[in-house]
Amino acid sequence: MRPFTYARAADAADAVRLADGGRARYLGGGTNLVDLARETVERPEALVDVTGLSTAIEEIGGGLLIGAAARNAAVAEHRAVRTRYPALARAIVAGASAQIRNMATVGGNILQRTRCAYFYDDGSRCNKRRPEQGCDAIEGFNRGHAVLGASAACVATHPSDMCVALAAFDATVHLRNADGERTLPITDLHRLPGNRPDLDTVLEPGELITAVELPALALAASSAYRKVRDRASYAFALVSVAAAIEVTDGIVSDVRIALGGVAHKPWRAWTAEAALRGGPATAERFRRAAEEELASAVALRHNAFKIELAERTITTVLTDLAGEQP
Amino acid sequence: MPIVINGVATEVPPDPRVSLLDLLRERLTMTGTKKGCNQGACGACTVLADGERILSCLALAVQYDGRRITTVEGLSENDTLHPLQQAFVEHDGFQCGYCTPGQICSAIGMVAEANRGAPCHVTADLAEETVVLTREQIRERMSGNLCRCGAHNGIVEAIAATYGDGAS
Repeated sequence: MRPFTYARAADAADAVRLADGGRARYLGGGTNLVDLARETVERPEALVDVTGLSTAIEEIGGGLLIGAAARNAAVAEHRAVRTRYPALARAIVAGASAQIRNMATVGGNILQRTRCAYFYDDGSRCNKRRPEQGCDAIEGFNRGHAVLGASAACVATHPSDMCVALAAFDATVHLRNADGERTLPITDLHRLPGNRPDLDTVLEPGELITAVELPALALAASSAYRKVRDRASYAFALVSVAAAIEVTDGIVSDVRIALGGVAHKPWRAWTAEAALRGGPATAERFRRAAEEELASAVALRHNAFKIELAERTITTVLTDLAGEQP
Repeated sequence: MPIVINGVATEVPPDPRVSLLDLLRERLTMTGTKKGCNQGACGACTVLADGERILSCLALAVQYDGRRITTVEGLSENDTLHPLQQAFVEHDGFQCGYCTPGQICSAIGMVAEANRGAPCHVTADLAEETVVLTREQIRERMSGNLCRCGAHNGIVEAIAATYGDGAS
């Protein structure tokens, strides 16, 4: 690990000041950044510890405001999250291990880097690690890589489970930098790789995530998260689906679907949602909507299975949810 | 503020790169806590920070300034093993023993989580706040601790006998 300085931020304004326009990196629980620094994939010169910032989970306009320093485990354990946004609690407990969930913060989970093995391996070419170097994943072992929204420069996936549920629920992130504050839908925070895969998000240098806001969303109370992975526990998703659906007289009145494990960002299934709204809530319609969502998918050598797996998982989750409606 | 490790105050090393694991093993020669993968994948380095299980390999020691750390060395009382340590002996909860300190610290943290009703991946009803530590629950909640000898059956039995639904 290369040398770096360490400072602990007293509050959000202090953190932004210490980060000095991006010269320093924000440090949450360290579960990703410490590992990457040890591998010299990340080479921070200065760290600003933001674990002392707000960990509160509080009511806001019928929704919830979650401080960015809240630990993943604390969010999954929170009564309002469990009852009003169960897919979020499910997504969190499906991710990593209990020890990591105790350490990792909400802000850090959102900003974690891909687990693409070529990104981690300094002996491999990686456009995300070193722009314009080339990508060894595209012709390499790419079973875990993206099928949606990838580019000729990068086929990495975003590894978070939590973010998939946040994307489905139209969560917004609260941001702060030296110029002030702003909010962004989480679906607009992460980028597709294009020709700049080194940029995971649209955050400005030094910009800090201070909180995540879950809007009031009645149908989220019966939401589901399903994660398909190689092991029963403690493995990243091959495909995951967060969804919620509202059926009125057999018709889909509202629906939310997001996918994990398939793209450079948590993938909100806007196409499938549009295809379903106002139509009959049948397994056949769910399957056709899922196929429409995956119509633009591009398979690499080892990950073609993800396309059908995603279609089937969407179909199954929606069918189960619709079957549970009163 | 110092880090308090098993009740003993210790100054944080000046180099912020030092992990909590390396502080324990290399600087304090407390080698009970083990370095397995050193990248957060195996759980061998699990310790308790204010009672919560964490991975000491991914923890920068400087971040734990002012916190109370408990390692496997802090579990026994004089010559009397912690009940879970004794159960690991009685139920063949290890072969080589390398993962054992992490398994035991992890299980103690796990039980505290279960006692306050924390859900896990195999929780059937998220609204249910009472956790019964079935073997399925124990396996899922302990999935962050790997044993390459394959002593998982004995590990689960030791935990179940001490804290599970059939514990005396």
